[in-house]
Amino acid sequence: MVECPECAAAMNVASDVEQGEICMCEDCGAELEVKTTEPLKLELAPEAQEDWGQ
Amino acid sequence: METNNNQNNTQEPIKVSIVGASGYTGGELLRLLLMHPKVKVMQATSERNAKKLIKTVHPNLRHLRPIKFTSINDLVACDLLFLCLPHKTTMEKISQLKQLAPKIIDLSGDFRLKTKEDYQKWYEHEHTNPELLNQFVYGIPELHKEDMKNANYISSAGCNATCTILGLYPLIKAGVIDLKLPIIAESKCGSSEGGNKFSLASHHPERTGCVRSYKPTRHRHTAEMLQELSIPIDNPNNAPEDNGAEQKPNIHFSATSIQMIRGILTTSHVFLKPELNLTELDIWKIYRSTYKDQPFIRFVNDRSGIYRMPEPKILTATNFCDIGFQKDPQSNRLVVISAIDNLMKGAAGQAVQGMNIMMNFEETLGLEFPGLHPI
Repeated sequence: MVECPECAAAMNVASDVEQGEICMCEDCGAELEVKTTEPLKLELAPEAQEDWGQ
Repeated sequence: METNNNQNNTQEPIKVSIVGASGYTGGELLRLLLMHPKVKVMQATSERNAKKLIKTVHPNLRHLRPIKFTSINDLVACDLLFLCLPHKTTMEKISQLKQLAPKIIDLSGDFRLKTKEDYQKWYEHEHTNPELLNQFVYGIPELHKEDMKNANYISSAGCNATCTILGLYPLIKAGVIDLKLPIIAESKCGSSEGGNKFSLASHHPERTGCVRSYKPTRHRHTAEMLQELSIPIDNPNNAPEDNGAEQKPNIHFSATSIQMIRGILTTSHVFLKPELNLTELDIWKIYRSTYKDQPFIRFVNDRSGIYRMPEPKILTATNFCDIGFQKDPQSNRLVVISAIDNLMKGAAGQAVQGMNIMMNFEETLGLEFPGLHPI
């Protein structure tokens, strides 16, 4: 169980979640990126952006 | 959801009667109570419709038990009386009605306020039974559940008051609103708030499509908001010396009728104490801790989808109060949005919730309907 960093809802996250994985808060719908797994830390995932690379 | 290990599991249903059952609130009570597994509806009174089947007035109840309206003079004793009489009538008849049932839930405004002076101020008439005012528990379970468990008399709260109070209560309790500034609340209301008595104002050509500012000031439910939200700070995150401080919010309320039959959407503007530097996450935590284990409060503040904020449309016939908020990034203004069905969480549903608590039934019994979509 981990707390959503956006709305403080209690979230169930799979035990085998990996760094960089995106999970969604079922309460507020925020897309959250797993920053670290030990300890489990979530941050609001950046919006998808266009790749303007050449 | 909250569970109660000491619930009343007796098999025998309680006997209830509804006084003044021909109105919209009475009809909703009949709909809920005729389907309630622990209730037997004994009598439903209406002077105008005495001896007629209830389906003649409430056609949605056509297939249910064929009860006929009776006169109030033919009421017999029962376990619990619901009173849906017009304002001022209940206070005049209460002494007689108390003889018929040990428990009463009154849905009028006659016992919501705690002082006779408030009736003079807000209702502009004398209260004829002021000595009984303190015997009634104000009927918003999310504020007074413990008192309701031991109550014999509940005064079910006003619909606009319920919607506004539930939105503001956690913030005022936590002591985070700058009460030197006013709180401004505005409700958009459905036409069923006006009851089933018609007038020129409710005539179809006049009422359809209107956005009518019908009570810009002096709405009677403001008195309930002031009464119930004048509470001391109670916030475990505060320093002990900050808790217990009495607060007197300055609430300004307006009501607007819109093109909707059921429902209330209340938008409340509050200003947070600037020194607290609160984020939206802090506000979320306040709401979650206050309404933890309250089965009829839902938080609606979604990042995607169509219904991102509370909206009364999808609450039709449910007992939920949906609450959302947004903090203005340019200021300390917090906009709180709350929505209910005025006939349910604002009247009959909340009264049945109160009955469940009072009778030690599961709080959600008979009120589990999740609503319709689309509608």
